[in-house]
Amino acid sequence: MRHVITALVMNEPGVLAHVAGMFSARGFNIDSLVVGRTDDPNFSRMTIVVIADDRTLDQVRKQLGKIVTVVRVRDYKESPFVARDLMLVKLSAPPKVRSEVIELAGLFRGRVVDVGQNTIMVELSGEEDKLDAFVELVRPYGIRELARTGVIAMARGAEAVRSAGSEDQRPAAGASPLARREPLARRQPSQAELEATPPG
Amino acid sequence: MSTLTPPAGRTGCAPAAKTPANSSLASNRTDTVSVAPARRREDGAAGALPVLGHPTGRSSRFIGRNGAQILLQMLLEHGVTDAFGYPGGAILPTFDQLYEKQLNFILVRHEQGAGHMADGYARATGKPGIVIVTSGPGATNTVTALATAYMDSIPIIVFSGQVRTYAIGNDAFQEADVTGITRPVTKRNYLVKNLKDLPRIINEAFVIATTGRPGPVLVDLPVDVTTAKMEDPVDDTPNLPGYRIYKGGHSRMVKAAADLINASERPVLYVGGGAILSGAWQEVRALAEKGNIPTTTTLLGLGTFDENSPLSLHMLGMHGSAYANYAVQDSDCLIAVGARFDDRVTGNLKLFAPKAKVVHLDIDPSSISKSVKVDVPVVGDAKLCLRDMLLHIESRPRQAWLERIRQWKARFPFTWKDDSPLPKPQAIIEAINRITGGRAVFTTGVGQHQMWAAQFIRWNRPRSMITSGGLGTMGYGLPAAIGAQVGRPGELVIDIDGDGSCLMTVMELATMHQYQLPVKVAVLNNRFQGMVRQWQKLFYGGRFSHTEMVNPDFAALAESFGVRGLRCENKADVPRVVEEMVKHPGPCLVDFICETDENVYPMVASGKALDDMVMGVVGETPPNSGRDMGTLA
Repeated sequence: MRHVITALVMNEPGVLAHVAGMFSARGFNIDSLVVGRTDDPNFSRMTIVVIADDRTLDQVRKQLGKIVTVVRVRDYKESPFVARDLMLVKLSAPPKVRSEVIELAGLFRGRVVDVGQNTIMVELSGEEDKLDAFVELVRPYGIRELARTGVIAMARGAEAVRSAGSEDQRPAAGASPLARREPLARRQPSQAELEATPPG
Repeated sequence: MSTLTPPAGRTGCAPAAKTPANSSLASNRTDTVSVAPARRREDGAAGALPVLGHPTGRSSRFIGRNGAQILLQMLLEHGVTDAFGYPGGAILPTFDQLYEKQLNFILVRHEQGAGHMADGYARATGKPGIVIVTSGPGATNTVTALATAYMDSIPIIVFSGQVRTYAIGNDAFQEADVTGITRPVTKRNYLVKNLKDLPRIINEAFVIATTGRPGPVLVDLPVDVTTAKMEDPVDDTPNLPGYRIYKGGHSRMVKAAADLINASERPVLYVGGGAILSGAWQEVRALAEKGNIPTTTTLLGLGTFDENSPLSLHMLGMHGSAYANYAVQDSDCLIAVGARFDDRVTGNLKLFAPKAKVVHLDIDPSSISKSVKVDVPVVGDAKLCLRDMLLHIESRPRQAWLERIRQWKARFPFTWKDDSPLPKPQAIIEAINRITGGRAVFTTGVGQHQMWAAQFIRWNRPRSMITSGGLGTMGYGLPAAIGAQVGRPGELVIDIDGDGSCLMTVMELATMHQYQLPVKVAVLNNRFQGMVRQWQKLFYGGRFSHTEMVNPDFAALAESFGVRGLRCENKADVPRVVEEMVKHPGPCLVDFICETDENVYPMVASGKALDDMVMGVVGETPPNSGRDMGTLA
């Protein structure tokens, strides 16, 4: 069985290595592992998809909980939850099939985020199955490159995975830590390129 | 807050934190302590942190001091009196602080030895063992000791030097990714990148090492952090939002466990090292005696229960007693206390304790149902859980069960046959047991001699058996004995060692000599790696591949280190030499030349059920006990 586990972890170096190391040391199988920020800069959130029977799942949860830098752990075995995967896929799409591909992406509520001479990049999010189905549909056109984030998940309803004592967290006025984030490094386009780029 | 002195008699260890059992423990929720400061405390209020035994919070007491001075100051605040280690470039600022000898520092000869000494010290005293070593090879040499302590849940804290923060990752001289290397063998490790984090991290290291299921912690200290001066007040409150310290067990589970025990006819109490870590030996005895419950211990649990009691089943497992193994297999209720169902204890898991309902008391939730499915789990501190449970335990005679056990004990005692010209190793251990009356702290290496020590010493005091159980680290015995002697200076400390194990860390004889620590080392020298030889004999057709040892003259070797060296190769001399060793006022090593062709029995072969034992001489001859070896006056 594939199970989704969420772990709230302290946002500091070595935590990902510790979690990943624990999985390999104990022979647990990771299908995907996603880690990203939360609204609280002290904590990151991991979403891990593991292949495990019930007993192994129990051990995975407990072993995660044992790691000192792991603050909270929960699995979604017994509760309804929303799970989403995000994909960027670059397809071969010469002008004569371009509209077909765009139409397919539209049917899946995907977005075209880049168009080149013979390629097209689609952004698509949703349940894993939906992404899989899209991949199979567009495979005949030729997949140049594909990247998926892996699943992130959240329980339905009011229940939340937070550290104890941060339930009523409000960002301090005017000091949202997220606002201070550095932009991703990008090559700046030259003037010539900017002039050649169509408006928008 | 600027004058922190540790309360008198503080151990710096978990027990300081424990509240006596009271009605609040019988609450309906699992009782835990969370170690996290109130959110966003910036007001300088002292954080009540019972586990440290002294207040923490924003403090100016470090201002003007460098990292090394702060480290020493905080070690003293935590009640540290002794430390073990070896200097080197990246840790020199810290060693400069040790010059004034505010700590009793033991200079070792190899950093692995420092780790095992700290471990032996911790097991002998209940206080955390402290290690200070340099970067790179100094730190990597402690890895075996960290892994040993991690497997056996022993609180040691290693402070390792590290290259300057800006040189990290540059393949600098004596640089190693020590936090990366030690992550899987520590409960928690730290690389201190900013001096302002150091006080908090040191407090966290002590909390993590000594509470809950204890374990080793490593703190990596770049040399520019230990030399930097603190400019501002800092908050040293531990920030451990993910860390729970389990205390009393869930009252419903405690009651359910007691009900199961009360209803059982053939209960067995199976006690592990957790009972020693928790200080639960009185509660274990009370439970055994109140319920008339036969009690067996693991290798690490030896000493929690007086083996002279008729209720004692001695050790169980691969080389445990036949009666303990039979009793477990026949039991209808197995009560595990601070034990983790190691494969050396259970034998074939599928065939383990087939008739038993299992009650498991453990402070680590991940131990519950890890290998054996547990019917009633109780997560909490063994001492507190047992105290609560005792309120519900009913006195039962259980005469039929005790009678069955009496018969097993009479029929299958640990025994050996005196049929070789050279003394049998068991004879030497029996002599040591008789002459000391078991009143000593024993350490061992790993192998046959370790099992014979477990079998032939009548354990009757907690913290008297110091041995590497989980990891099985050869070479553990000698440095662990040094650590135990440092921790318990007035006591007789005996390392029962093998020739193979002893040679792995034999250079620590120099440490023993330098500090005149009166440790006794009894080398059972059979000129073989005995336990491997036993397996090769039983399972590999007697092909003794690379297990024969050509040894040095151990007595002469000891003498060259300045340690008294004796040699004994005659049966008749054994008691006299043991007595001479024990009575020698200083450090002493005895080379006991003993029989090679001897196996440890009973033995549960790998993959067999616990009661499917190769018995050897057990059960076939009357026990050898009674030969007079004299006793120490």
